[in-house]
Order: sequence, then C-alpha cells, then structure tokens
Amino acid sequence: MLSVRHLTKTYRAAGEQVAVLRGVNLEIAAGERVALTGESGSGKSTLLHLIAGLDRADGGDIRLADKLVGDLTDAGRAELRRDRLGLVFQQFNLIPSLNVEDNLAFQARIAGRHEPAWHAELVERLGLGHLLKRYPEQLSGGQQQRVAIGRALAVKPLLLLADEPTGNLDEATADQVLALTRDLVARTGCGFLMVTHSARLAATLDRQINLHAGLIA
Amino acid sequence: MSRIIWILAVLLSHWRRHPMQLATLLIGLISATALWSGVQALNQQARSSYDRAAAAFGGARTPMLAGKDGAAFPQRLFTDLRRAGWPVSPVVEGRLQIGGRSFRLLGIEPVTLPAEIGNAPAIGKGNSQAFIAPPGQTLAAPETLSELHEPEGASLLASNGASLPPLHVQPQLAPGVLVVDIGVAQRLLNMPDRISRLLVGPAKEPRLPLETVAGDRLRLVAADAESDLERLTDSFHLNLTAFGLLSFFVGLFIVNSAIGLAFEQRLPMLRTLRACGVSACLLNAVLLLELVTLALAAGIIGLVCGYLIAGSLLPDVAASLRGLYGAEIPGQLTLKPQWWIAGLAISILGALAAAAASLTKAARLPILVAAQPQAWQQQQRRWLVIQCGVALVVLIAAGGCLWFGDSLLSGFAVLAALLLGAALALPALLELALSLGQRSARDALVAWCWADSRQQLSGLSLALMALLLALAVNVGVGTMVETFSRTFITWLDGRLAADVYINASDDARANEIRAWLGQRPEVQAILPGGRAETEINGAPVEILGLPDHATYRDHWPLLRSANNAWVRLRPGDTGFVSEQLARRLNLAIGDHIDMPAPGGNWTLEIVGIYADYGNPKGQVAVNFAALTRRFPNIPRTRLGLRVAPGEIPALMSALQGKFGLDGRNLIDQATLKADSTRIFNRTFAVTTALNSFTLGIAGVALLTSLLTLSNSRLPQLAPLWAIGITRRQLASIEVLKTMSVALITTLLALPLGLLVAWCLIAVVNVKAFGWRLPFDVFPLQLLELVGVAMLAALLAALIPALKLSRMQPANLVKVFANER
Repeated sequence: MLSVRHLTKTYRAAGEQVAVLRGVNLEIAAGERVALTGESGSGKSTLLHLIAGLDRADGGDIRLADKLVGDLTDAGRAELRRDRLGLVFQQFNLIPSLNVEDNLAFQARIAGRHEPAWHAELVERLGLGHLLKRYPEQLSGGQQQRVAIGRALAVKPLLLLADEPTGNLDEATADQVLALTRDLVARTGCGFLMVTHSARLAATLDRQINLHAGLIA
Repeated sequence: MSRIIWILAVLLSHWRRHPMQLATLLIGLISATALWSGVQALNQQARSSYDRAAAAFGGARTPMLAGKDGAAFPQRLFTDLRRAGWPVSPVVEGRLQIGGRSFRLLGIEPVTLPAEIGNAPAIGKGNSQAFIAPPGQTLAAPETLSELHEPEGASLLASNGASLPPLHVQPQLAPGVLVVDIGVAQRLLNMPDRISRLLVGPAKEPRLPLETVAGDRLRLVAADAESDLERLTDSFHLNLTAFGLLSFFVGLFIVNSAIGLAFEQRLPMLRTLRACGVSACLLNAVLLLELVTLALAAGIIGLVCGYLIAGSLLPDVAASLRGLYGAEIPGQLTLKPQWWIAGLAISILGALAAAAASLTKAARLPILVAAQPQAWQQQQRRWLVIQCGVALVVLIAAGGCLWFGDSLLSGFAVLAALLLGAALALPALLELALSLGQRSARDALVAWCWADSRQQLSGLSLALMALLLALAVNVGVGTMVETFSRTFITWLDGRLAADVYINASDDARANEIRAWLGQRPEVQAILPGGRAETEINGAPVEILGLPDHATYRDHWPLLRSANNAWVRLRPGDTGFVSEQLARRLNLAIGDHIDMPAPGGNWTLEIVGIYADYGNPKGQVAVNFAALTRRFPNIPRTRLGLRVAPGEIPALMSALQGKFGLDGRNLIDQATLKADSTRIFNRTFAVTTALNSFTLGIAGVALLTSLLTLSNSRLPQLAPLWAIGITRRQLASIEVLKTMSVALITTLLALPLGLLVAWCLIAVVNVKAFGWRLPFDVFPLQLLELVGVAMLAALLAALIPALKLSRMQPANLVKVFANER
C-alpha cells in the first residue's frame, strides 16, 4: 500500500545544508501498524510530512495507493490527503471555531464521504457523546486528541499518519488514546504509521522502525 | 459545491467566535463605503442638476446665436435667418421676482424649437397647443412648485404685478427656472420685439453665411459638453471627492487591520484545512468568496448610510453651491442605479485592496509552520527601508507638482503626494523616536516599554498613519476655514460700510426715496450704487459703480493700489479689479483692460486690486458717475445710507411706513452681515462634518488596531505578570505606551497639517476660486486638536487595557502552558 524508495530531503539551516533523510526505504502493507522511532532530529516528522504530501522530497519515490506522491500537483496532493489519508498531530490542530461534532465530521464532509452511521459509531467508541457541542478550548488534551483521531478516521482512510499523537498527554491518557486508535484502525482496516519517542507505546504496534541520522537503522 | 459550502462554513465560523473582529471589519467597510458613496451621491445630485440647467432650452448644450455684446437684439433677425435657411428658434431670457425670490424666466417658441433639445418632447406636437393658446402654461420643475408653495394649475403674480399663465409641472427642468411662451416672456420682461438669443438646430438645407444675414450683430456660440456651472463648481466637487477619498482610505485602514488580525488568528485553521486535504487554490477561492460576501453585505449597509449622510449634508451642500456659485440643487436626493452599483463595486474593490496582503500570504501559505521570527524581523526592517524610499520619492513628486504644476488638479496632487509621503515616512520616524527613547532609558521597565512599543509598531503603523492623515487634514482644513472666517469678517466690514441698504423697485421710486432722505437730518450721506454686466474673453464680468465718498475710500478692501488711486478713479478712465479677475487675466497695477460697453469698448487703467471673496464672476469697480455715463440704461435703484448712530431703527421704520419697503429691499448693515456670516458658516458646515467623520474613523482605526494587537499581546505581557507586575500595572503601561505613540504621531501631524493649510490657501484656493488668503496659525486650535487626538487615543487604549486588567490569571498561565 505504501512504498518509500531512496527518499532524500535536505534543509538549509543557518546557511548550511543539513541532510535530514539520506535514502530512506520503507514498505507498509494494508492494515499494518508501524511505529517510527528515533532520536530528536533523526527525520521522523520529515518522513511523515513527505508521505502526507505536506512537503516535497529532494529525491526518491513515495508510492501510495498506486500513485507517486512526488508527481502530484498541489491539488492532487490535497486530494490524496482528503480522500486517502488521516493525519493526527501532537498539537491536535482542531478548528477552534467549530464544535466537536463539526470538527469530527469536517474532513469527511469536504471529501463528500460523510457517513452518519460511521460518524455515530466514532462518537460512541471515542466517548465524545457528551462533548459534541463543546468547542476545542473547552476540552482537555486527551479529549482534543480523541476528536483529532475521529476526524482523521471519519473518511475511512487507507493510511493513518500520526506525529507524536500522545506527546502532549499524560501516560494513562496516552495509553487510553492509543488503545482507542488501535481498535479503530483495526475496525477500518487502514494502515497506521505512528511517530513516537516512547519505546513502550511503540511496542504495542505490529512493527517498529528506527530512524537514525536520516537512514532506517 | 458542498465542499465549498463546508469550507466557507468553517471560515465563517471564525467570525461567530470573534464577533468584535467581524464588527470591526464591517465598521471599516461600512464607513469607507458610506462616506465615499455619500459624497458621490452629493456630487451626482449636483451634476444632474447642472445637466438639467445646461439642457434647459438653450443652455450650454445647444449651439446658439447671441448678440455680439451679449445684449438682446431685434426679433426681425429671427425671421431673416429662417428665410435664409437657418433652423433657428428664438429665446427670451430674464429674471423675474415672485414672492420675494428671483426666478430665471425663459420664453420659447415651441413650433420652431429644435427637436434635439432634451426638454422639448414634453411640449412637443401634442402639448404645444396648450402651451401657446391662452391662457398658456408656465412650465416649472416640481422643486420650483414646492418653493413657490403653489399647486399645479395655479397662476403666479410677479412682483411687478404682471400675471403668469397657470403652472404646469415638467420634471426635466432645473429648479428655479420658469418657461413660458415667448410672447408672454416679452410682456413679462418688458422686451417687446426683442430676443435674447437664437437656438440653432441641425441644418438640413444650405444656408446663407451668418454675416450676410445679420452683419456683425450676432455670433455663433458652439455647443459645450461642460456647462459654465460645471466648470465653476468643479473645484467644490473635487474638494468633496478628496474628502470622500480620504475617508475611504482611512476606512480601508480599519479593514486592513481587521483582515490582518483575522488572517493571523486563522493561520492554524488554514493550515489544518490544507492538512485535511483542501487545496491551496480552493482555499483561496473560498477566502475570496468569503471576503466578497462580507464586502457585499457591508456595501449594502454602507450605501444606506451613505444615502443618509448625503441626505443630511445636502441642505448644506445646496446652500454652499447657491452661495458660492448661484447653482440651484434640489433638496431631495434622487439617485441613479449606477450609484448603487458603483457603491457596491467600490466596497468590494476596497475590501480586496485592503485584504490583498493577507490573501497573497494565504496563497503562499506553507502547510508546515516554519518559525522564523528573526527572518520576519529582518523582512520588516527591509520593508521599512523600502517604505522610506517610496516616501522620499513621493515627497519629491509633491515638490515637483508644486514647482511645475499650474492647475487645480496639480494643487490637489501636491496635497495627495504630501499626505501620502508623510504617512509612508511615519513608521520610520516613529521607529527613530522610539529607539532614541529606548537608548536614553535607565530603568529596565521603561526600556522594556520603549522596546515593546517598537515591536508593536508594525501592527499599529496603519492605524497611526490613518490618525496622522486625519489630524493633518483637520489641522489643514481647520486653519484654512479659521483664516477664511477672520479674513471674511474683516472683508465684510470693508465691503458693507454703509449703515442701511435700499433697493427700490424702479428708478422713479428711487428718486422719490432719495428726495425724501435728503430732508432727513439723521441721514449723513446718500451713496448711490449701480451695476452693469459685460463679458471679457467670453466670461461674464460685473461692473460696479462706487460713489466718490469717504465711506468707500476709507473701507474698500484694496489689496494693492497705485498712488492716489481714489483720486485717479474720479475721471472714469481708471478702475479697480477684483483679485480673481486680476489672476484670471494676469493683470497688475498699471495694466489696461478693454470692456465692451454700449457705446464701444471702454479702456480702463487698473489702479487697484481688491478682495471679492465668494464671487464666482470677475468684477471691476469704477466711479459711479462714469458707469452711468457709459451704461446709461442701468437701473439706479440701489442706495447706501450713512446714518447717525442710534437713528437707524427709527429711519428704517419711517422708510417702511412711507414707501412700503420690506426686508427684501431694505436692510441694515448688521442684518446683512449676520446673513452673510450665516451663509459662510453653512458653506463650511459640510467641510466640518466630513472633517469630524474622518477623525472619528481614524479613532476607530486606532481602537480596532489596539484590539487586534491586544489579542496577540499575551505572550509579551504574561512573563512580566509572572515576575511580579500586576495586571493593573500592565494595563496602565499599555495605556501610557499607546498615548505616547499617539502623541508623537500628533506632534508630527501638526507641522504636516500646517503645510496642508498652506497648500490649501496658497495653491488650491488660488486655483479654485482665484483668491489668496493670508496664512495664519491658530495655536489654540492646534492645542484643542492635540487634546481631541489624545482623548481618542485614550478611549481607544482603554478598552483593551480594561480587558487586560480584568483578565483571569488562568488565561495568562495558558501562555506558558502552550509553550511546552
């Protein structure tokens, strides 16, 4: 489902070229749950951003659902994210002016794939029933992240990409949120790639990949 | 489609959560549209009246034959020209007094009237019978009927006792014009067998040359696309437009600041939308759609407000135009559909212009946040340098326009460039002042204040630029009006030197009054007056007869004169010219002018130039006896009297009792001065109102910018609160900082405003009206304005400061929580 070949990415920082990714190769099968670990600055988030089409690679290929991400235009990459991917960030990135219900349904609605039954199931499984009319600022970190996960899965994506989804949460909440995510990923059958610093959480997924100095270790 | 609606709903949801921001945006757009469209409504109303006046049976829009010296000529020429193949139609024109008001009476001959004249169809083939056959008709605009307080069908009685045919409404006519059959007009105006001019229709057959038929008695006046009235009033409308434009730009500053804030606050939302799969193209299209929708809503409200503003200012504008140019404007607003469309278009274009920077940023928005505060600061610094460079170029352009320009438009260009250059240079000047303050600060908190003010500058600069412009224009216009007011009063004292003024109904009555006055011991002098009309270089000129008396010698407002000017005036071969005529014809003391007079050209040596404010026509003052010799037929009905103090009321009652004179033809100096001053004040009421509007909008701009900034100020203020400065102290510091920046701006606005005043007095007024006023500075007025500006700044700073002083500690703590 996802195939990454010889991926390179260099940034310019303080007048110097810094090679963040130096030829990454990665395969993720449908329904597979993979943890991407590595120390700070190893290129984990960069790799995730490139797969999501949020940034462009300098070299190599990313093939997702038989499409080469690098060949897509801005609109094509937007379509890919909208219809095929679910994204979850450490900072939740909810829309502050929409309530929980609208935040949850947002991506599915703009993708034209809003399914009320699936929406209701997500609400129930994520335990958001009593919070639907609240706004993000009125929620705790764990609640906000549950909404973000629900929004990402509402489109039934091919692949769920999560960048440190539990980074802002305490240990118990993090465990709870990740357990919910695993259940829902299993329910939808989508692939799951999660960036994390926590070896404990990484161990709960099917496979672990360690990124070191821009290369898969 | 549903995708667009969902994205739009998300974008709009921001405003639901930030209603104050939405209100700010709408207030900016509404005020910009309202003031601009209000001024345009006034201009449109006035211009359509000029059109009606110009198109009224032989106005400037129709080619015509007129007498060589502008005088009436024998009716026989009409028949001679028709026989010679000229498609001409006769017109008689004069003024008629009805119920104490003067009306323009036009006599026309509908059968020969060229069909191309706009108003002709209403009395075309079908109606001409009713117009010609007894009792005939008096055509008038609905406004004229309202002014006369007469219904349609009523028969009017002129002041000389003659009766007019029944009134008939014709909406195309200009107010103040009465149209009757030519025979009726000749009777009413006592012009038997004489006509004022001949309208010329398009020739369908060959015709004999004009000279062959009429000799040198007639001249052909070509049709003019722009009427005299339009030319005369151009400057007034340009003035209004300039004010409208200024208010529009100040309003756009508010919009820019509101949109800028909304964009900054919505950045995370926009990034999330992009991350959720909304393409940059679609997102920008929806942002544009949102802006246009808001602009349309605000535009409609703005147009309604503009209509109300125009409606409330119209009486003053009409009074100004009547007082300054004798132009009649109806008191009821009638607006064309184009006005509504143009108003909405200007609202949308204004919103797009104000949002251009934010929209461009949105179009280039990277999805991944790249935190580069250093780069941002460097970019700001670069922009400040570029802005300074542009300001310098614009100021040099202002100097160029001043040096090389020689028209009203170039005068306004100087003003516009001066204001724009100063506004662009303001952030750099403020930056300089604040960095000097920072360097001299010893206390840590004071140093922080200066540094923080510098940091705030980029967010406040637009609002401060708006404040600078509004204050400078206020100082400029205020100084000009005050100067004009004082000069006008002094001038009025000189011009109205007699104690009582009489205007008798005819020469015989004037003689009776003069004889009676000669026997009254309290009358110290009887000063006859008279006026004649002529044309110089095609423009109308009044000739004023001044009796040789100390009243005039001591008071007449001469600006420049030759030695023994009054003595040299006596023989009749010299004259004084008004300042505007001297400027228009480039005349100086010692020059000569030739004035057409009944007995041939009258050559006068100029021995004096005098102030004649408010008169659109050029004027020449000569010795009264010489005037009556050259123009023997002028009415000698005007008398000025010098009366012993304290005897004026008794003399006036005696005149009223003896000769039946009333307020229209007998007036004392004090009443006349009070009337003139009232008209003067009304003339500038529009300017004062627009001035206040602009300053008010600048105050709102400052308030909205501060509110805008207050939301993003927490990360700067929270650390100070954390180290022990109370919220109340922080709020006080914020107020002080705003006041300091506003004070620096105000102090910079004062010299700029005085420069604007000088430009208005020495450049724009001279080109627009033909007179120059002395330049005076009024320190009290300036102090008052500084006070108003500081009050506006205080009010603007108070709301965000109060918000800060009452902020829950939890909100301040959040700053640190979010920084994890």
